[in-house]
Amino acid sequence: MRTIINVKKSTGDKIVDVFIYLILLGIIVITLYPFWTQVVISLDGAGADSAAYSSGIIWFPTQLTFESYKLAFKFDALWTGYWNTILRTVIGVISSIFFTAITAYPLAKKDLPFNKTFTGMILFTMLFAGGTIPSYLLIKELHMLDTIWSLVIPGMIGTFNVLIMRNFFRSIPEELEDSARVDGAGYLRIFTLIVIPISKPVLATIALWVGVGHWNAWFDSMIYISDPNKQVLQIVLRKIIIQNSMADINNVIQNIGKTTEFSGRQLQATVVMFSIIPMLVVYPFIQKYFVKGVMVGAVKG
Amino acid sequence: MSDRMMAVSTKRTLKGEKIKKIKQYRVLLIMLIPAAVYYIIFHYLPMYGVLLAFKDFKITQGIMGSPWAGLRHFDKIINETYFYTVLKNTIIISLYKLVFGFPVPIIFALLLSEVSNVKFKKMVQTVSYLPHFISWVVMAGIFFTLFSLDGPINGIVKLFGGDPMLFLADDRYFRTILVVTSIFQGFGWGSIIYFAAISSIDPQLYEAAVLDGAGRFKRMFYISIPMLAPVIAIMLILSMSGILDAGFDQIFNMYNVKVYNVSDIIDTYVYRKGLIEMNYSYATAVGLFKSVVALILIVIVNQIVKWIGGKEHAIW
Repeated sequence: MRTIINVKKSTGDKIVDVFIYLILLGIIVITLYPFWTQVVISLDGAGADSAAYSSGIIWFPTQLTFESYKLAFKFDALWTGYWNTILRTVIGVISSIFFTAITAYPLAKKDLPFNKTFTGMILFTMLFAGGTIPSYLLIKELHMLDTIWSLVIPGMIGTFNVLIMRNFFRSIPEELEDSARVDGAGYLRIFTLIVIPISKPVLATIALWVGVGHWNAWFDSMIYISDPNKQVLQIVLRKIIIQNSMADINNVIQNIGKTTEFSGRQLQATVVMFSIIPMLVVYPFIQKYFVKGVMVGAVKG
Repeated sequence: MSDRMMAVSTKRTLKGEKIKKIKQYRVLLIMLIPAAVYYIIFHYLPMYGVLLAFKDFKITQGIMGSPWAGLRHFDKIINETYFYTVLKNTIIISLYKLVFGFPVPIIFALLLSEVSNVKFKKMVQTVSYLPHFISWVVMAGIFFTLFSLDGPINGIVKLFGGDPMLFLADDRYFRTILVVTSIFQGFGWGSIIYFAAISSIDPQLYEAAVLDGAGRFKRMFYISIPMLAPVIAIMLILSMSGILDAGFDQIFNMYNVKVYNVSDIIDTYVYRKGLIEMNYSYATAVGLFKSVVALILIVIVNQIVKWIGGKEHAIW
């Protein structure tokens, strides 16, 4: 009985419909507008009357220019940051997926000895942590400061991800493994030749979660990395847009040989664009995997 | 055979079983070794490191070698007036975010569920999740532009004849800005769970209501909202366990010295005390205070969820 679809909408309903659409459109505008301001400022012809300095609400660039993008292209620290971010993301995702998978597979066997103990041990870390200072001192003691390992290893295995993957492995029909075992395959063969290929969706989902996490991570890099050549993109951004170090900005502008009046804010907006464009491009395609993650919801030990 | 001998032999077989199992699963147990090492080093060693809070840490002597300080650092915390400012800020900012931020995703999900055009619905959802994927470093940079003296917000202020203000350096507005920007960043993402809950409501309920002549608002108030109530209650209780997490990423990237008095929270305080001023022991003590309170809260909250929502909603 699909009456709801067949019921004619009353005039009142239609008015309410219009209101709801307007409110949601308003929400879209409000959500996108802050990002749009960055687009406009970054593209605007520099100068006193540019959008970046006009006293008012920014709508469109008064005068289109790609000057600041050209300048940003020559900004070495940005590329160093990019490279380091890509490096940590790639190494981080590969190592995370590998170690999460080899941890989750044994735990998927309910009658594995010590399963309960081990699961309890990793669950407890979700409830209690040593905190920033002990973690920092540990990384220091391990001589991992100023190395990419300080960004990759401490967060390598996420307990939540292990549980998600374990639950997925458990949902694989046992007959599949049993028949392979009858044929004489050991656990390693079953794991690599049967379980992993079937589990591609969950592996991809977790890879994306970990990847976006690495792309956006900044705190670990701020406390563990002091060598500017090893710094990640988010920290380069932080220096320019948050610490707003005019010295840095002027340095950039001078280094790239532009002596005329150039708006620091325009450079900031351009740098923002540089960092979010990759995300904006892939985001529409990957967001559904993230939504799935929220829906997996309650995970239990 | 006496009972005792029976017991002994069952015990033996149990032990034998276990050894057999270990042999059978030895490959899988070996696979767990890297994770065991990882968790011990990167999670349990830092937990052991909280001993710092009870020591006078000397960098040359290490955690083990440093002299004990007893509860001196905790004494210092209790007698430090600024700590209360920090604690107050943490709780106030969290509560504001909860009170004003909690209903927004629910209202948004309800509005969205009223939309019949699937394409439009998908588009609104996709746009609304976007800010969740942008780091707070970038978000803060964008908000700096919006709230700057010649930015759009001051543009609106001027439109209404007001004088432009430095919102982000004004302790009267800073908390409000924190709350609003955190809602901006999180409402779309937060709506996913409610939207799913609404979608799973049996359509027959709505159909029956339509036949009974219930209008849109009636259907919303008498079907959607009551059906959402358990999810809402559980989400609300769960969020109570995070009351000491006022949003480090956001605040750390947005605050400045002028607004420390209203926005310095436990996490930012620990960072500055520990990693900037190098008061390792004191900062660890403050951090430990937070972790312990958070642990107690989450245990309590989990119990409450179990009582009211049944086991399937509890965290463990």
